[in-house]
Amino acid sequence: MIKAEQKSIEKLLEYLAPYGKIMLAGCGACVTVCQAGGEKDVALLASALRMARQKTGQPLEILEVTPARQCEPEFALELADPIGKVEAVLSVSCGVGVQTLARHFPATMIFPGVNTKFLGETVAHGVWEERCQACGDCLLEKTAGICPIARCAKQLLNGPCGGSSQGKCEIKQETDCAWQLIYDRSKSLGRLHRLTEMIPAKRWGVQSRDSGPRRIVREDLKV
Amino acid sequence: MSNFEPRIVAFCCEQSGVPAAEMAKSLKLEMPSDLEFVPVPCSGRIETLQLMKALESGADGVVVFACHEENCRYLQGNRRLKGRVGYAKRLIAGIGWEKERLDVFNLATNDGVKFAELLREKAEQLRPLGPSPGK
Repeated sequence: MIKAEQKSIEKLLEYLAPYGKIMLAGCGACVTVCQAGGEKDVALLASALRMARQKTGQPLEILEVTPARQCEPEFALELADPIGKVEAVLSVSCGVGVQTLARHFPATMIFPGVNTKFLGETVAHGVWEERCQACGDCLLEKTAGICPIARCAKQLLNGPCGGSSQGKCEIKQETDCAWQLIYDRSKSLGRLHRLTEMIPAKRWGVQSRDSGPRRIVREDLKV
Repeated sequence: MSNFEPRIVAFCCEQSGVPAAEMAKSLKLEMPSDLEFVPVPCSGRIETLQLMKALESGADGVVVFACHEENCRYLQGNRRLKGRVGYAKRLIAGIGWEKERLDVFNLATNDGVKFAELLREKAEQLRPLGPSPGK
C-alpha cells in the first residue's frame, strides 16, 4: 500500500496560521495502515493542533472526518456539505487524496498533511519498507518475486554490482542486496535458470515516467 | 502563581499503580491535593489520544504509573505505552508546551511510598510552569 509520514506539526501550524475553522480529513485506507492519517491519527493531530492554538490565544475549530477513501469521487463528494462550512482543509491522505479533493472542491484550499513516501510492505509493527515503484511493467516473475527496481539501489536488472558483499548493498550497508535475495529465492524455487535470461533495460521515457501522468482506460467499464 | 496547585491526572495500571496508590492512601502519605486517578487494566490500554485529551481538557500534568519493563502481566503493554508517551512528548514539544507536563513512571505493587513521592515531585515540577496553556 501507499506509505506516508505526517509532516511536522510546526509545518502544519504554519499552513493553518491564517484560519480559524478547518476540516481535518483522514482516509480509511493506506494511511490508516501506516498510522499517518487514519481516524485515530486525525483525532490525535486535531488535539495537538487545538492545543497549539490554545497556547497562542487563537483557537482553531477543527471538523474531523475520515472517509473510507479520499481518492474516489463518491467518497470525496460526501465531504461537499461540510467543506462548505470551513475555511480550508488539511488532508492527511496521500497525495492522490489531496488532489482528488482539490479537483472536486476548487474553491477550497486543500493542504497536504503528510509526505507520501512509497509503495511498501509492513515488515514489522511500526516498520514499513519500499517494495514497488510502479514501473508499469512488472518483472517479478523473472526475479522470483523480488523487485530490483524498488530494492536495488542501482536498479540493476541483470545481477548484482561488484559492491555486493555478504548479502549486503555497498550503497547502504544495512540493506540486503536485492540480487542476493533474488538469487537465493530463485535457487530455493528451482528457477535459477531464469536468471540467465537477459532482462532488457526499462524504457522509462516510453513506458512511464517521462510523459506526464499515466492513465489506464477500461472501455468495457466506461458508462 | 504561589497559590497555584497543579491538577494532575494519574493513569494507574491496576497491576501496579492502583495497589501502590491504595498503599499510599492507607499509610496516609502526603500527596498533591488536586489529583484525578484513572485506573486501567494495563498501561498498554492507554491510547496516545487519551494522554493528549487529558492535557487538552485542562490537566496541568498527566502521569502514567506502569509496571516495570519485563513485568507486564500482558507482556508488552507497558512497552507499547512507553512508545505512545514518547510520541505524545514529541507532539507536545512540537506545539510549544512544556515536556514536563507528561510523564511515565514504572513501579511495583508495593511501591506506595515511591508512588506518593513521585506525585509530590511532579507537583513541585509543575508549580513554576503555571496552569496548563489549555485552560
